[in-house]
Amino acid sequence: MPTNLQAAEYEAVGQKRLVWPGFAFPGVLWLILLFLVPFYAIFAVAMGYTDPVFNQPQPEWNPLYWDPTVFGEVLSDLFGGQLGVIALRTIGYVFAACALCLLIGYPVAYYVSRRAGRWRWLWLLLILAPFWINYLMRMMSWVNLLSPDGQVNRWLEVLGFDNPPSWLSGYHLVVILGLVYGYIPFFILPLFAALDRIDDATLEASRDLGASSTQTFWRVTWPLSRNGVLGGLVIVMLPMFGDYYTPNLLSGSPRTRMLGNTIDQFINQTTSQGGVGAALTIVLMFFVAGLMAYYLITINKATREARE
Amino acid sequence: MSSRSGSLLKNPWGKPRFLPLVTAMYILWSVVPVIIAIRFSFNAGRSRSVWQGFSTRWYVGTPEAAESVLYDPSLQSALIQSLKLAAITMLVATPLGVALAIGLARWRGRLAKPANFLMLFPLVTPEIVMGVALFLVFNHLYGFVAFGTWAQFLGHVTFSISFVVIIVRGRLFAIGRDYEEAAMDLGASQFQAMRRVLLPLLAPALLASFAIVFAISIDDFVISQFLSAGADTITIPVRLYSGARLAPPPSLNALATVLMVTTIGAVVIAGLLFRALGRRRGEEGSALESVAGFEL
Repeated sequence: MPTNLQAAEYEAVGQKRLVWPGFAFPGVLWLILLFLVPFYAIFAVAMGYTDPVFNQPQPEWNPLYWDPTVFGEVLSDLFGGQLGVIALRTIGYVFAACALCLLIGYPVAYYVSRRAGRWRWLWLLLILAPFWINYLMRMMSWVNLLSPDGQVNRWLEVLGFDNPPSWLSGYHLVVILGLVYGYIPFFILPLFAALDRIDDATLEASRDLGASSTQTFWRVTWPLSRNGVLGGLVIVMLPMFGDYYTPNLLSGSPRTRMLGNTIDQFINQTTSQGGVGAALTIVLMFFVAGLMAYYLITINKATREARE
Repeated sequence: MSSRSGSLLKNPWGKPRFLPLVTAMYILWSVVPVIIAIRFSFNAGRSRSVWQGFSTRWYVGTPEAAESVLYDPSLQSALIQSLKLAAITMLVATPLGVALAIGLARWRGRLAKPANFLMLFPLVTPEIVMGVALFLVFNHLYGFVAFGTWAQFLGHVTFSISFVVIIVRGRLFAIGRDYEEAAMDLGASQFQAMRRVLLPLLAPALLASFAIVFAISIDDFVISQFLSAGADTITIPVRLYSGARLAPPPSLNALATVLMVTTIGAVVIAGLLFRALGRRRGEEGSALESVAGFEL
């Protein structure tokens, strides 16, 4: 009898042990098959070979047979070749766009979180609105406005400018402003949350101890919101580095090509160069992972310091 | 005048006028272009920059003209493809995500932590990387999956699952296990406790997940584009992308407006459900923050 009871108990324990992993299983399996394996496929194709008959890239699934030739070519082109120019341009665009995000986004987030008063909910709603308007629709709106016979040029003509520029033909500034326009809501929101969390009492304490409002801002508010700024910048940098649709829509010229455009081209159009596209994707991935790691380490350090 | 500009230089933030001005200008800049685009979707003429009177011809115009969202074959098929994809994604990703959230919240095994980590990864992977990865895997390994609706569906579910987990997990922690344990003390089996106690308590989060997944799926561009196959499987955002530079008629604006209304509708529903759920402040946390909370 006791052994039976024990057996039943063991069985119950065993079942319990399997219940929760059992719940997680379908989702985990899905992510392994459709996230991890595809991830590996990027490496397999980048380190694969080219089918001599069809001139198409073929994956090499066994890492022992990986061929780093294509990868090496991509790397050497990145450091000193045409790809290097594109990569530098991408980094330049992203940093310029991030600087503008900070410059425009900080005052907005600050105002709405701390000074907006009674109409705060309305401001907040207006700031959230772009989140749920499709990115491509927002870009299309600017294509409308900036096209040769668009609203902007009509206004310029009214103001007396005879030969308005054709905005959508390769201006760096148009692409950078497009990136800012597209992604700044994603910067403002986490910053808003960080500023919103600051306890009014800390600011009052600073004022009571004799700091001016400028000093209070630079020595209390800004340090307390720095992680929000950092988080917002990382959130906008991730998609910006992989963007190809914004420069395509707002310029389409090779002068404003970004890394994403090159990847899109090698994967979607010139499929014989798929290996190069895959190798570039890996480079992009590591770059972005580096940014993420920097962010996580900073945040972790900050939370640890806050705890102590 | 001079004293004001002097104090503005000394203290740019303290002056109350500077901040509302910047905020108002930002909001105008962010909203007005879209409002203009919506306005021209109701234009009576073909122009997207000269107003020629109000009309709904670009939305519901006659079948003979075949120029409205309802009757232009390419716009109509984009609309149908988007709705179809969002609907099936929602129906598959939500149950998968809910089960994963429950499993991850309670599973204490050695593999639980890596599984949790795996779940967070899609949230921080740039879409283009995911697009390339899925494109290559369907091309070279899962050849049995046809590009087009099937591939798009698998891709959409993959990036949606994690959002569901984040939404449901907050609610799960708020509920705790007390109610279920009470039910089991009163004689319910594990299964009964889940079905009769946990699931009803999770219902608002579940419904909100349906709405959010619908919204992010219908809004997706990169994955839909990488995995599309020909004109039949183009979704609304892909159609906007491919048509925007080709001097399209206002029907493209109308299509975009339909997408916007659909997305906002789904989000409003989700918001109302969240409200009904009485979500407390402090439970909120971005995906990045949940990654940041991980011990490295």
